[in-house]
Amino acid sequence: MKTLSIQDLERIRKSAQADLQIREESNKRTTEASCGLALGTPSLQVLVCGGTGCKASASHDIVDNLKKAIEENGIADKVEVITTGCFGFCEKGPIVKIIPDNTFYTQVEPKDAEEIVRQHIIGGKRIDRLLYTDPKTDKSISDSKHMDFYRKQMRIALRNCGFIDPENIDEYIARNGYFPLATCLTEKKPADVIDEIKKSGLRGRGGGGFPTGVKWELTAKQKADRKYVVCNADEGDPGAFMDRSIMEGDPHSVIEAMTICGYAIGASKGLVYIRAEYPLAIHRLKVAIEQSRAYGLLGKNILGSDFSFDIEIRYGAGAFVCGEETALIHSMEGKRGEPTLKPPFPAEQGYQGKPTNVNNVETLANIPIILDRGAAWFRTIGTEKSPGTKVFALAGKINNVGLIEVPMGTTLREVIYEIGGGIKGGKKFKAVQTGGPSGGCLTEKHLDTPIDFDNLLAAGSMMGSGGMIVMDEDDCMVSVARFYLDFTVEESCGKCTPCRIGNKRMLEILNKITEGKGTEEDLRTLKTLGQVIKDTALCGLGQTSPNPVLSTLDNFYDEYLAHVKKKVCPAKKCKALLTYAINPVNCIGCNACAKHCPADAIIGSTRKPHIIMPEKCIRCGMCVSRCKFNAIVIC
Amino acid sequence: MPDIKLACDIAEQVEAICDKHGNDPGELINILHEAQHLQGYLPEEMQRIIARKLDIPVSKVYGVVTFYTFFTMTPKGKHPISVCMGTACYVRGSEKLLDEFKRQLGIDVGETTPDGKFSLDCLRCVGACGLAPVVMIGEKVYGRLQAADIKKILEELE
Repeated sequence: MKTLSIQDLERIRKSAQADLQIREESNKRTTEASCGLALGTPSLQVLVCGGTGCKASASHDIVDNLKKAIEENGIADKVEVITTGCFGFCEKGPIVKIIPDNTFYTQVEPKDAEEIVRQHIIGGKRIDRLLYTDPKTDKSISDSKHMDFYRKQMRIALRNCGFIDPENIDEYIARNGYFPLATCLTEKKPADVIDEIKKSGLRGRGGGGFPTGVKWELTAKQKADRKYVVCNADEGDPGAFMDRSIMEGDPHSVIEAMTICGYAIGASKGLVYIRAEYPLAIHRLKVAIEQSRAYGLLGKNILGSDFSFDIEIRYGAGAFVCGEETALIHSMEGKRGEPTLKPPFPAEQGYQGKPTNVNNVETLANIPIILDRGAAWFRTIGTEKSPGTKVFALAGKINNVGLIEVPMGTTLREVIYEIGGGIKGGKKFKAVQTGGPSGGCLTEKHLDTPIDFDNLLAAGSMMGSGGMIVMDEDDCMVSVARFYLDFTVEESCGKCTPCRIGNKRMLEILNKITEGKGTEEDLRTLKTLGQVIKDTALCGLGQTSPNPVLSTLDNFYDEYLAHVKKKVCPAKKCKALLTYAINPVNCIGCNACAKHCPADAIIGSTRKPHIIMPEKCIRCGMCVSRCKFNAIVIC
Repeated sequence: MPDIKLACDIAEQVEAICDKHGNDPGELINILHEAQHLQGYLPEEMQRIIARKLDIPVSKVYGVVTFYTFFTMTPKGKHPISVCMGTACYVRGSEKLLDEFKRQLGIDVGETTPDGKFSLDCLRCVGACGLAPVVMIGEKVYGRLQAADIKKILEELE
């Protein structure tokens, strides 16, 4: 296909908008009545979530079954099935949404497809059992706009996820996609683009919060024969999956933003460094790059201008440290992903020694819409120092696990109790961990803190890439700290001594404590050692690695003390500090525990209370999961 | 390490992969990804071929292979088991699942059962946090798993 002109782009937008209109209109209103062909609805669309979470629950089979049922009923000309990106409500996935009546079906199984087609699409009657039930009122809700999970959200970076077909570039164009790029190429000088981004106050969403416009300016200033734009899609924080969802649900926004960045800084080549563990995101990105090339939105003389730009994909291979800019660049050069001292910054000497601008996926996803709506609009959202929104992967002991996007300045309480629906099983909130292995644990007293880069830092944690793991009273904070440190020790590249050896020593101390062999002296050592590592490690990974330990020491010192002084784990998690016993009052002697005990540690005759032999017990907890009479006590 | 000779056709395919990438040392990671895809792991002999083709020391190839967790030098089992150790799965009890797999299979993380049926690994977040704790066996994702379910799942895969 020939290179598009702006007029061509305009034409595509117009025709694609007609297809999208039914979705756009439904998006704006809340409908109470359901639609169906029998009720005179002329055409319907069925959106099925094709994100990794829903695909894990066979959402692709739902699509196949829906298509089959539609075919069999001879209504293929009136009903369209569209696979979209992530809707965010992973707890209730797979999600199927019917347009135009906005019916939001949750936990759909492939076998439900036929019923959806027959009863709803043709018959016009909603299927009650697939609707979401509001836990507060016990009433079912059909339109997602009425759900607490969505009410406080504001989707900017995720604006197209769960709305468009990510493998159809026309749908992206219909949503004004590639028009910001067109405006940049025809009406703006590179300096104007940078100026607009600077004015917007956008800060890097990968964790550091460095002003994006300033970063672009630094790279633009460099004089070199070649420069590079790099998209950091090496999302390594365990429990964060926003970058993946953006690439799966809206890959063109990343491609467009990289191209705009290339124009602004004077680069003609872009590289996406993506985790090999993200096969679906890689696939969608490849499809999107091909489509952009076919339209001439990547390649030579984009939209008839004299600007040329193309994008290549580079694969990561599972190393957390490669999220650090310099390590990432080494990895792209085919080397071990070890970081180097800054300066020189990548903006001065990056990939192959050339000036390189590295931005994270979510940061990039904000660029086109900022240029489309203007920096002033962006500044009206969020807080003064952290404008815009932030995407969080909300997970752990929370009712509504999922991907959420909220304006900066939203409080943790709103996120956890309103959007997240509170703690699972009515348990008591204990802590929320933000910033992954580089962040810290925040407690009850931080719940009303408005979330932004600076507030989280001041509270002893950090924004990080946006993992938000909620913990309840059953979680042991010493174990959690140990879990993160275990991760860091495994992921440390080994280049600098503080990180390689210091973290190992800290982990050994934490292991000692969870095994009931710790002392108060150990707690002091942890603090000193943690501070030394923070001050002396080479890169961001090392400098932040003691944070989970230091923040739990600050906020949960009593819990550490209980482990070392009383040798008890208050949350009953640390195996070595637990004893399993049987309460003879509750035990009816059903044998279920003894039968399943892997260590043969339970004895007793049928219909008589059993006994656990402590010397044989391996504290695996199998008996607890098998006992139906609540007779096993852990103390 | 035993000196296993690669089948001729595999060796040729590895060379072809190197040629495809212009024998460029900068493409090493991409080459290793494709080479690992051939047999599911990167035996020593394969690394030697790559080093020779790219004209770099084999120590450099080995250094990269051992740096990244995605690359492995041990063959995986027929049913590779990966227990998600992402934070969301961890707080919902994935450690217990891992212990149970270790006990049932009698192997540690990174090992393969002697009959070659199962191998056990950890991975960091498949992004199905709504289904935590999650285990992947081959391509299939098992969500909301409990230690008590594991015996049955392994028996079904026998």
